[in-house]
Amino acid sequence: MAALFRRELTPVQVVKKSREDRFSAREIISGIFTDFIELHGDRYAGDDASVIGGLANLGGQPVTVIAIDKGTDIKDKLAKRNGSPEPYGYRKATRLMDQAAKFGRPIITFINTPGAFPGKSAEDQGQGEAIADSILQSMKYPVPMIAIVYGEGGSGGALALATSDQVWMFQNATYSILSPEGFAAILWKDAKRSGEAAELMGLTPNDLLANGIIEYIVPESRSHNRVFNLVRAKLLEEIQQLQSLTTTELVAKRRARFRAF
Amino acid sequence: MDLFNNTTVSTPKIKRDANLNDRIPDGLFLACPYCGAQLYSKQLGDHRVCPACGYGFRLQARERVALMTTDFEELDADLKLADTDFPGYAGKLERAQQQTELGDSVLTGIATLEDQKVALGIMDSYFIMGSLGTITGEKITRLFEHATAAKLPVILFTASGGARMQEGIHSLMQMAKVSAAVAAHQEAGLPYIVILTDPTMGGVTASFAMQGDITLAEPHALVGFAGKRVIEQTIHEKLPKEFQRAETVLENGFIDAIVQRPAMTATLAQLVRFHQTQEVK
Ligand SMILES: [Zn+2]
Repeated sequence: MAALFRRELTPVQVVKKSREDRFSAREIISGIFTDFIELHGDRYAGDDASVIGGLANLGGQPVTVIAIDKGTDIKDKLAKRNGSPEPYGYRKATRLMDQAAKFGRPIITFINTPGAFPGKSAEDQGQGEAIADSILQSMKYPVPMIAIVYGEGGSGGALALATSDQVWMFQNATYSILSPEGFAAILWKDAKRSGEAAELMGLTPNDLLANGIIEYIVPESRSHNRVFNLVRAKLLEEIQQLQSLTTTELVAKRRARFRAF
Repeated sequence: MDLFNNTTVSTPKIKRDANLNDRIPDGLFLACPYCGAQLYSKQLGDHRVCPACGYGFRLQARERVALMTTDFEELDADLKLADTDFPGYAGKLERAQQQTELGDSVLTGIATLEDQKVALGIMDSYFIMGSLGTITGEKITRLFEHATAAKLPVILFTASGGARMQEGIHSLMQMAKVSAAVAAHQEAGLPYIVILTDPTMGGVTASFAMQGDITLAEPHALVGFAGKRVIEQTIHEKLPKEFQRAETVLENGFIDAIVQRPAMTATLAQLVRFHQTQEVK
């Protein structure tokens, strides 16, 4: 693994890196897949720009791709609330996953979110229910599901798209119950102790791999193409493996993965 | 957030301690946390309900079992977390276990409600604010698995401040673990009824609290995903008093009915009767 050849970053450094604009969702999608066609809307409330979804080609087979995106410039980031989906963002994702299940397409999700958006209208429109339904339905889809956290994987808002057969993380990504700032604020009433929290939380890819929470760490490189080529090859290999199972075995295995926690 | 305050330590800020009213001995004066009515504890009656507004004071899980069931056989009573590395966590767990007589924040078992046998789970907000720990998730998962095998309905009273911070990512994984068990129970064609009690927040709302076939709530229960303060800080706006209250959540379409506590057992028993299936051969 590339990480082994470099000085290992501290959890605080990983948290900082995970929040930098290292990759955008559109760059990832066009780097890994071909022929991406974006599909919009949840069919009820609107279209959440922070959740990009659609159909793409992965090595000759159609797949459903869903990515949470923080945005690239100020205007885009505002529109996407820095990657915090609204309930209709999660419902768009669920709609696209339902569709993938119907047509037997693998589902690949890319996650970069500090968490689901904490807003008044988000609550009024059932943020909790939207996430709960995405998780529940994900436990039933008879198609391979792989989730890749490429930046921040914050809380239930990340889990909504990470109830998969496998969860991978980019080398400088995090996955946690809450941001270190929120964690410190709740436990110690002091958000400034976030560094201490980051150390304790076990939110780095290495910690999470050791804990069996994730299956694979994607080594990062200055050459994004190299990263994308590697992810594409790994996706093809793992999806082929998952497709060799019967759909009953596939779903049972996914449930067993989470049963172990 | 005061949800994770250690309630066994006395603090001068008693006004912030929402649980205090429940622990005042009979005969004392107290205020309804919802409507503010000044009441004598005895006025609340057996069900601990505010006579002015119907708010149900927070109950311990064992109190609720005593109120509702004629027969209760507890499951997994001895299940406790073994790994408590997080600083200060072991002591906190131990105090909560003593206070609630529970291994973790949920009580599970096979119960009889009137004449109906059900798998019953009751979360306890006195156990580290009903937060979702590994054992909480494990007990609820086993309840669903037991119910699926025994072909029983599941009735679950939710009460939770959200994630169990001390367990980190493992707390988050419980949302998925329980959901998998809910999925299997659903596929067996069995009913799952949720009763949202005060408060039901965070990861519990974003998973099994919102996955029921029928979703009931107690009057004025606080139900939501994000905390009010976090939202106010994000949108720089003061939120109305009724925000995230059961009546508002019902109006928004996420609750089937609000049921007064004294009518709860009869309502649940009737709902279960509606789901009795004829044997299909
Ligand atoms: Zn009242």
